[in-house]
Amino acid sequence: MLGEMAMSPENEHPVKALGWAARDCSGHLSPFKFSRRATGEKDVTFKVLYCGICHSDLHNVKNEWGTTSYPVVPGHEIVGVVTEVGTKVTKFKVGDKVGVGCLVGSCQSCANCKDDLENYCPKMILSYGSKFYDGTITYGGYSDVMVSDEHFVIKIPANLPLDGVAPLLCAGITVYSPLKYYGLDKAGLHLGVVGLGGLGHMAVKFAKAMGLKVTVISTSPNKKKEAMDHLGADEFLVSRNTEEMQSAIGTMDGIIDTVSAVHALLPLIGLLKTHGKLVLVGAPEKPLELLAMPLLMGRKIVGGSLIGGIKETQEMIDFAAKHDIVSDIELITMDYVNTAMERLSKADVKYRFVIDVANSSKSS
Amino acid sequence: MAKSPDQEHPHKAFGWAARDKSGLLSPFHFSRRENGDEDVTIKILFCGVCHSDLHVAKNEWGFTNYPVVPGHEIVGTVMKVGSNVKKFKVGERVGVGVIVGSCKKCESCQQDLENYCPQTIFTYNSHYTDGTKTYGGYSDMIVVDERFVLRFPDNLPSEGGAPLLCAGITVYSPMKYYGMTEPGKHLGVAGLGGLGHVAVKIGKAFGLKVTVISSSPKKEAEAIERLGADSFLVTSDRTKMKAALGTMDYIIDTVSAVHPLLPLLSLLKLNGKLVTVGLFDKPLELPIFPLVLGRKLVGGNEIGGMKETQEMLDFCAKHGVTADVEVIRMDYINTAMERLAKYDVKYRFVIDVASSLSQ
Repeated sequence: MLGEMAMSPENEHPVKALGWAARDCSGHLSPFKFSRRATGEKDVTFKVLYCGICHSDLHNVKNEWGTTSYPVVPGHEIVGVVTEVGTKVTKFKVGDKVGVGCLVGSCQSCANCKDDLENYCPKMILSYGSKFYDGTITYGGYSDVMVSDEHFVIKIPANLPLDGVAPLLCAGITVYSPLKYYGLDKAGLHLGVVGLGGLGHMAVKFAKAMGLKVTVISTSPNKKKEAMDHLGADEFLVSRNTEEMQSAIGTMDGIIDTVSAVHALLPLIGLLKTHGKLVLVGAPEKPLELLAMPLLMGRKIVGGSLIGGIKETQEMIDFAAKHDIVSDIELITMDYVNTAMERLSKADVKYRFVIDVANSSKSS
Repeated sequence: MAKSPDQEHPHKAFGWAARDKSGLLSPFHFSRRENGDEDVTIKILFCGVCHSDLHVAKNEWGFTNYPVVPGHEIVGTVMKVGSNVKKFKVGERVGVGVIVGSCKKCESCQQDLENYCPQTIFTYNSHYTDGTKTYGGYSDMIVVDERFVLRFPDNLPSEGGAPLLCAGITVYSPMKYYGMTEPGKHLGVAGLGGLGHVAVKIGKAFGLKVTVISSSPKKEAEAIERLGADSFLVTSDRTKMKAALGTMDYIIDTVSAVHPLLPLLSLLKLNGKLVTVGLFDKPLELPIFPLVLGRKLVGGNEIGGMKETQEMLDFCAKHGVTADVEVIRMDYINTAMERLAKYDVKYRFVIDVASSLSQ
């Protein structure tokens, strides 16, 4: 069979697009010309205004998970304004403020998809770095335009500032979903949040809005004031302070653990009350140590969670709108993105960078 | 001056105790307390040999207080009841399991979860409310607070029913708590010993499809033909393990040694639950990606409260579930412990105390 000539990213689709891509595992991003598909009958095309920088973007551009296919245009916390809708689109119109998160496709027929759990569909298509139905690679939101099937587009309520809402599309749903699934969303419960970064600060905000008592558990004592005065946490524990940790033993109904580095679970399991739940949303690549006895003796669990389905993502955004919750961000222009990535790798951001895509210079 | 075991209480008792970490058991004279208003005095007929008895006899967990009289799968007949006792009368057949006391006031106790009370008193190797040590069922009699005595259903045989008092509730309780009781769902049981074989039987009684997951291919015929399991997976059979990926709703993990969790987690469907009930104190490796990508969880469970233990006994009686036992005499106990350490028993030893305990 004669080989087909692979189309270059610029030519494979009819609509010109400009973004920033990483081309190798240095993770260094630079201007990248590519293209988007024409608006299909179920598609929504929108001009990208803002895109949050998720830590996953950093893992991906540096190929830390070993799954990256270069060039990669990251970005899955994408917010913009609709410029075109397909003929069969019913939920959106031109001018609407919309968002797209981590997913842009799924099989739509398996049991998980039918249960609004597209995030667990074995054939889910990620917003970047995945293969779309037409065989082309998906490119994410560090770019000027985005096209997505209506099913995967989220409506942004009018009262939410677009730059601050962008990180909710990944960080927000990543902590909201397990709060609901593991029953840690009831007023009066005591929740621990481990790690105060992009995910952690969102967990504090959501949990406070749900009426929980929140204790932040962190390695950094200098985050205490911020956590309590600004984010509204009720208490703060320094994880290396054995006295503080001891005094909190058996006090928490649940813990959302956002730390994605290898770390000790035993002290966290000790903080849980009987029947307590430790939920991991950061995913260390190496296994963690687990002692069975503390789980048995307190009937405790360790569980995981991965983003959320589209229906729940919309529910989360609506909940955020009702409670005026957005992410704390540092707004940057696209040409700052490499510096931002360096700072992110040192956790030097309160608490999410968001790229002001629309106002960034387009020059290469 | 501390009283000796045979003098600290008014009623003479006789049992077998371990005196050091060799774990070897030998005859031991001690005493039981006066039957209080809330107490029931029980003549012991049978006592199951739980693997925990072996761990404690050898001080493998580091907290044994010698001499120790093990045994927490006790079946006997009531000899005396206190003036406030309402649930039992003399002559009735009763059981005593893993716990003989709790604070009765905390939230756990109020919710019939005495097993999670911070002041749980264990049937042996604990201290009772009067400060004296508790001695277990490898003995001729025991005095127990009514709240911690179980009615033994008429159609449940003593020998086969005794192990249910620990092994049975150990698997029944998590199956209820973690929702593993929906007929038609698929339960994996990892490990086929005292706990595992009861889990298979109870799982089938709940109407579940049951797959045994084991490292020993030799157990397959037994598991399927005699215990009623629907299928059998050998963990080293990569083809079959691969074919079973993502097929189980839940797994009860009874393996009480360090073992890899990743293969078990991979067998679970989305939202699957792996519940570990085997007691051991070395760390396991927990891979996080499978938990996150499949919203799976690993949970623990420790026996059950008194109400649930009674419920379990009644359930087993109704469904004809009993443990498979090898009945032994008391003087065989040290050999039984050696065999137990090598997993050489199908599937629980039960001591015929009444017939074989002679002074």
